[in-house]
Amino acid sequence: MSRQREGVLLFWSSLLLGLLLMVIALPEALRPWRPFWLGLLVIYWSLEAPERMGMGRAFGLGLVADVLVGTLAGEHAFRLVAMAFIVLRFRARMRFFPMWQETLAVLAILLNDSLLTLMLRSFVGATVVDWRYWLAPLVAALLWPWWFLMLDDLRRRSRPREASS
Amino acid sequence: MPPSVDSAPLFAEQASGSLRLIGYLALAAALMTADYRSAALVAVRAYAQNLSAPAYWLATAPVRLARSLRDASAERLELVKENAALREQLLRAQAGLTQSGPLQEENSRLRELLDARARLHLQAQLVELVEVDLGLYRHRLLLDLGSASGVAVGQAVMDAHGLIGQVSRADLDHAEVILITDPGHAVPVRVVRNGLRAVAYGSGEVDRLELPYIPFSADIRAGDELVTSGLGGHFPAGIPVATVTQVRGDDSATFAIAEAAPNAGLTHGNQVLLLSQIADPPPPPATAADAPASAPEPQP
Repeated sequence: MSRQREGVLLFWSSLLLGLLLMVIALPEALRPWRPFWLGLLVIYWSLEAPERMGMGRAFGLGLVADVLVGTLAGEHAFRLVAMAFIVLRFRARMRFFPMWQETLAVLAILLNDSLLTLMLRSFVGATVVDWRYWLAPLVAALLWPWWFLMLDDLRRRSRPREASS
Repeated sequence: MPPSVDSAPLFAEQASGSLRLIGYLALAAALMTADYRSAALVAVRAYAQNLSAPAYWLATAPVRLARSLRDASAERLELVKENAALREQLLRAQAGLTQSGPLQEENSRLRELLDARARLHLQAQLVELVEVDLGLYRHRLLLDLGSASGVAVGQAVMDAHGLIGQVSRADLDHAEVILITDPGHAVPVRVVRNGLRAVAYGSGEVDRLELPYIPFSADIRAGDELVTSGLGGHFPAGIPVATVTQVRGDDSATFAIAEAAPNAGLTHGNQVLLLSQIADPPPPPATAADAPASAPEPQP
């Protein structure tokens, strides 16, 4: 009972932390390197615990992000729903990928997301990006193995008896 | 047959997943359209934005912590020095507000001669920035004051060195500022040296503005100071904007395009000046208008 609750606590606090990491101020030189934390969270939770993170929650999370960052209502929701859908569709395969293959799959999902973002913003108005725009998905993909292992480890700790996830 | 039994629910699941995807994406697209095209969501957004105030507070906590640690550990001498520097900046800012540049002076002399109204006195308010990141390519800042304190869309924002941008959205306790470097922003400017008029567009890069469609015969060169012309009535006249860095031919080779570096520190600083709306109508356009001047369009 309480173990279950701790898992829930981990889930929601990870989302809250992800939202904060989105808007937290970074030194100018580091700004292009900021990974899309919410994207990584949605990928992880829909991959490992699809009963917790489906398209509905991805949508809700996206709306909260839109309010926080001040983007058009629905922009982040659109992106995160698309991400969750891709992961849920290929979940059965992705879970049995070796780590390097899974990382490549995550990179593909993140690059697709960056492309989607450019498309959505170009509908609204002029958006100019440079090569640094593509750094963030690369950084996020490189972080993925550690991110995955860390969250897995935290999850395992929060319910010690069921060691396998 | 085991395969058919297995595959039937699988396909059904996939189909319903695709349907839900389409449903959610359509909903998101409808929301974006509603937010972009109409003001229907403004009230909802203002309310929701209030709920995000604690999130901003948490997100800026590291910055505040670092600053208070620095303040606590800094030598008194350093603080005194910083104080002096800030005082000087403030003085310079005040000077800049009451009479920005000789052109403004000349302008006001002429106005007095013409028995026009007295010189424009600007009202400014010092506002803290909320140090959160609203996206690398979005060219937005967040102010710590909102419509509850009288902040209105369209108010000009500047620092001690020049124009930063204008308020593009005002929620109850926060306001969003669009920077002059945003590709969707334009500000009518004038060359201080000769009064040549142009429009400075954001380039999408934080250190560059573009002044397109300038005739090759026009007298503009690197080093020229640009100030707001006041045309269009959105910005008070005479606020420093940028310094021309380069003039080159555009792609069509019919017009010249000037590039300029903004004077204001757009990427640093934690306080800005919010100018109150000008009541005066903009000055009548002079005959030497060389370039079309349009009102700046804040992006919704």
